[in-house]
Amino acid sequence: MSGNGTGIGASVKRKEDARFLTGRGRYTDDINLPGQLYGYILRSGMAHAKIGAVHTDAAKAAPGVHAVFTGKDMEGVGGIPTGWLIHSKDGSPMVEPAHPALATDKVRYVGDCVAIVVAETAEQARSAANLIDVEREELPAVASIEAAEADGAALVHDEAPGNVCYDWEVGDRAATDAAFDAADHVVSIDVVNNRLIPNAIEPRAAIANFDPATGEYTLYTTSQNPHLVRLLLGAFVLGLPEHKLRIVAPDVGGGFGSKIPHYAEEAILTWTAGQLGRPVKWTCERLDAFKSDTHGRDHISTAKLALDADGHFLGLHVTTRANLGAYLSTFATCVPTYLYGILFAGPYTTPAVYCEVKSFFTNTVPVDALRGAGRPEATYLLERLVDKAAVELGMDRVEIRRKNFIREFPYQTPVALQYDQGDYDATLDLALEASDWAGFEGRRAESAARGKLRGIGISTFIEACGIAPSAVVGSLGARAGLYESGSVRVHPTGSVSVFTGTHSHGQGHETTFAQIVSDMLGVDFDAVDVVHGDSAKIPFGMGTYGSRSLAVGGTAIYLAVEKVIEKGRKIAAHLLEASVEDIEFDNGSFTVAGTDRSTSLGDVALTAYVPHNYPEGLEPGLEETAFYDPLNFTFPAGTHVAEVEVDPETGAVDLVAVTGADDVGRVITPMIGAGQLHGGLAHGIGQALLEDCIYQDDGQLATGSYLDYTMPRAADLPSFNINHNTTLCTHNPLGAKGVGEVGSIGIPPAVINAVIDALRPLGVNDMTMPATSQRVWQAIQQAQG
Amino acid sequence: MNDFTYHAPTSLDEALAALRGAEGAKLIAGGHSLLPVMKLNLAAPSDLVSLAGVPGLADISDDGDSVTVGAMCTHAQVAGSETVQGRIPALAAMADGIGDAQVRNAGTIGGSVAHNDPAADYPAACVALGATIVTDRREIGADDFFQGMFMTPLAGDEVVTAVRFPVPSRAAYAKFANPASKYAVAGVMVADGPDGVRVAVTGASGDGVFRVGEMEAALAGSFSADAVAGISVSSEGMLSDTAAGADYRAHLVTVMAKRAVEACG
Repeated sequence: MSGNGTGIGASVKRKEDARFLTGRGRYTDDINLPGQLYGYILRSGMAHAKIGAVHTDAAKAAPGVHAVFTGKDMEGVGGIPTGWLIHSKDGSPMVEPAHPALATDKVRYVGDCVAIVVAETAEQARSAANLIDVEREELPAVASIEAAEADGAALVHDEAPGNVCYDWEVGDRAATDAAFDAADHVVSIDVVNNRLIPNAIEPRAAIANFDPATGEYTLYTTSQNPHLVRLLLGAFVLGLPEHKLRIVAPDVGGGFGSKIPHYAEEAILTWTAGQLGRPVKWTCERLDAFKSDTHGRDHISTAKLALDADGHFLGLHVTTRANLGAYLSTFATCVPTYLYGILFAGPYTTPAVYCEVKSFFTNTVPVDALRGAGRPEATYLLERLVDKAAVELGMDRVEIRRKNFIREFPYQTPVALQYDQGDYDATLDLALEASDWAGFEGRRAESAARGKLRGIGISTFIEACGIAPSAVVGSLGARAGLYESGSVRVHPTGSVSVFTGTHSHGQGHETTFAQIVSDMLGVDFDAVDVVHGDSAKIPFGMGTYGSRSLAVGGTAIYLAVEKVIEKGRKIAAHLLEASVEDIEFDNGSFTVAGTDRSTSLGDVALTAYVPHNYPEGLEPGLEETAFYDPLNFTFPAGTHVAEVEVDPETGAVDLVAVTGADDVGRVITPMIGAGQLHGGLAHGIGQALLEDCIYQDDGQLATGSYLDYTMPRAADLPSFNINHNTTLCTHNPLGAKGVGEVGSIGIPPAVINAVIDALRPLGVNDMTMPATSQRVWQAIQQAQG
Repeated sequence: MNDFTYHAPTSLDEALAALRGAEGAKLIAGGHSLLPVMKLNLAAPSDLVSLAGVPGLADISDDGDSVTVGAMCTHAQVAGSETVQGRIPALAAMADGIGDAQVRNAGTIGGSVAHNDPAADYPAACVALGATIVTDRREIGADDFFQGMFMTPLAGDEVVTAVRFPVPSRAAYAKFANPASKYAVAGVMVADGPDGVRVAVTGASGDGVFRVGEMEAALAGSFSADAVAGISVSSEGMLSDTAAGADYRAHLVTVMAKRAVEACG
């Protein structure tokens, strides 16, 4: 890697921002096809009900209406599949109920799709939907984990007794029990991981078309992974072969996991377009997004940590109940299992770890991945528990962590993962320094003089990103591989198109991947364009989530570039009348080693496409594709420190300082790395202090708009103090680990630990997320009551 | 949102005629309360009569012992007015804390008082300052105007044209805002004016703005934060939602009252 003004690690401005900032982005809703109609999805207003007849005559007769379809019309079409099969402790497969795209016999959550109305305008479709009469018999709803597991609870699916989907475990229970038997101290904790609503700025949208001339369906959709949608929609729902189903995910305005799943609306729209022979467009409104985009998290856990007399961790036992919602969304089942339980070693040498997870169906929106997906839940529990252990043992919160750090790599954890590299002391030291941890007591006193309670909190954490070797995930129940493709096409005049199976919905792939390719090939940054999001253009892909794009997708591109260079050396050797072994490539030039005889990549590319003087037997053209299957997860790690000031009269928490010391591996684009860290921190702070998805007992969403659901805003956040200590990933050539989820994983426990630290003088020793002013005030009242 | 007929009158008479011309007609000022409920189909007026083009409704005047604010003045106008800042700085500061910048640049004082949202800020200011609501046909004292959640004595075809605020010797507003909506969870305006000390609370009660007589009496005796610190209001009748239950709201009333008194200096 030559490193130049725009190369790997260089501060460049994002290529895509010119169009985004000038309103020239092309999102799904910006796409209009000739003759298009508009679809409106009628949703259930009840959380749980039997459906009888659905009377659509009045709606069909309404102005502009072309068609109304219900679940009955779609009978025979496949249900919405899920992507990961989990097995219970006893070896039995999870309960996997049917998920009809349009409800047939029952509706199971407020927001469940009941009918689609197709009309000339969106307004006509919506107005007509009001005329649909659905015969319903309301059933008792189970809107929470507690309700789902209660004796005599109503069943969300008849085939799931007790509303249980699976009862899973990981780790060695006997070894963990033995660790507790030998322990000097046992520290226990109960935590709730609050339910969140993702709230991407762009609501979901789709426009589907069927071309009778080619027999091809095209679906434009707001997806993080168009090929995955093609796989699920084509193979499982509609029974369409890949070459007759094109999925385009154009510019997409944020996903955070909520645009991973294949949604019922995508199936309904595509099927409807086929029925009508006209394009059908649907754009979700914000209020419908609250109750139909997948939600995130929603765990109740109890855990205990066994320690010896010196504070060494001996064993960890975690019992978690997770809410999956009404149906199994694409990655729903693996989030609370293989993205959660295997994280519980954290950065610590705990020799015995056991985690069991029981997941429940409820009459709520399906729950799926949300930024961090499983790893924030694990990190929150572990870092709250470690803090509590320090307090109960009378140890320093920093020293108890340092005492238990892993320092020898590779490190095999007791819960499947093998960490390749890390330096947890370095990020801890950096964070303590940057946050002026040592000077905190002075700041606490200063706050106290103003009547405020100041607290500081820390979290030391690892992540597992860039999931993962396909053979491994396959053995764990994944129904797809998790490799990535990259293609590099050097055009005759030397410009380059790069094709990636990852998808950028804010991450800036068009910049980062261009930097890698321009650096490696020695071509101008502006001569490289990145193409993504279209199954007709990209060989294959698994999309973007789990901080995988750079570590997995970037590596595929890297390998494709290496192939291009390798072929270029053959062409150059021919042109320079030298042997291939003697050709060196650097910064755009092929040179005969030890001589000044060279030729440029541009000349080689032109020769490849105009092969008049060309190596015998070599194919013309200069385009290569690589598929990369990761060798392991990557393991970003770091230390986050939060400092808060609590107003004891109102309970209001003011987050006054956030310091991160992160090891995310190699950073290609510094501004994007910083942006991802900032966004993740805002997301994690939102979970810790502001965001809370609340269902009423009857299954109505109590926080169904921005009047009640608090998204973090700029004024809620301090300036972030971001620091890096980098160790390189050992098993991908870029040394990349991942950066997109760091903040949402690392910061929530630091914030809550800080709040508890502030309140401890008043006798408060626990706090539930989000630490709203009311919750803090109530905790103070109870402690002092 | 259903279709509606939009009227853009250029005089108060035209506005009144348009308002009387259709049974389902509604006035629209900044639209920040009406449009959201129309989008939800919770309101579906047949006609909207805009006051934006009616002259003379957006003036602020210093009348010596009072300040008159035209009904179509936006919150940003009130917040930025040198007259208001100079004569009733508490009113300017209150307006500056309403919603966010977009709300402040579109929402109006007339719209706010006519709507009488129980969590709006203006009702507390009007009641505490002893304001008079001026309409096209009469003047109504604030104590009589705010009649409970979304209730006012305004007739269906009556137009608020201005609000007249007596200049107090001192006043301040302290608000605890809902973290999501930024509406008041408990907003307390304390004013020491021509009619004595008044304490008005918005955001907390299901009946809308209310006065706290016990605090007013205590402050009349000793105008200090300590005078109100021990006075609590009952949680009965308080609003309760996911952000703040009735007990918490009642508690915040006392805290905000104390802070408002402190801010009076």
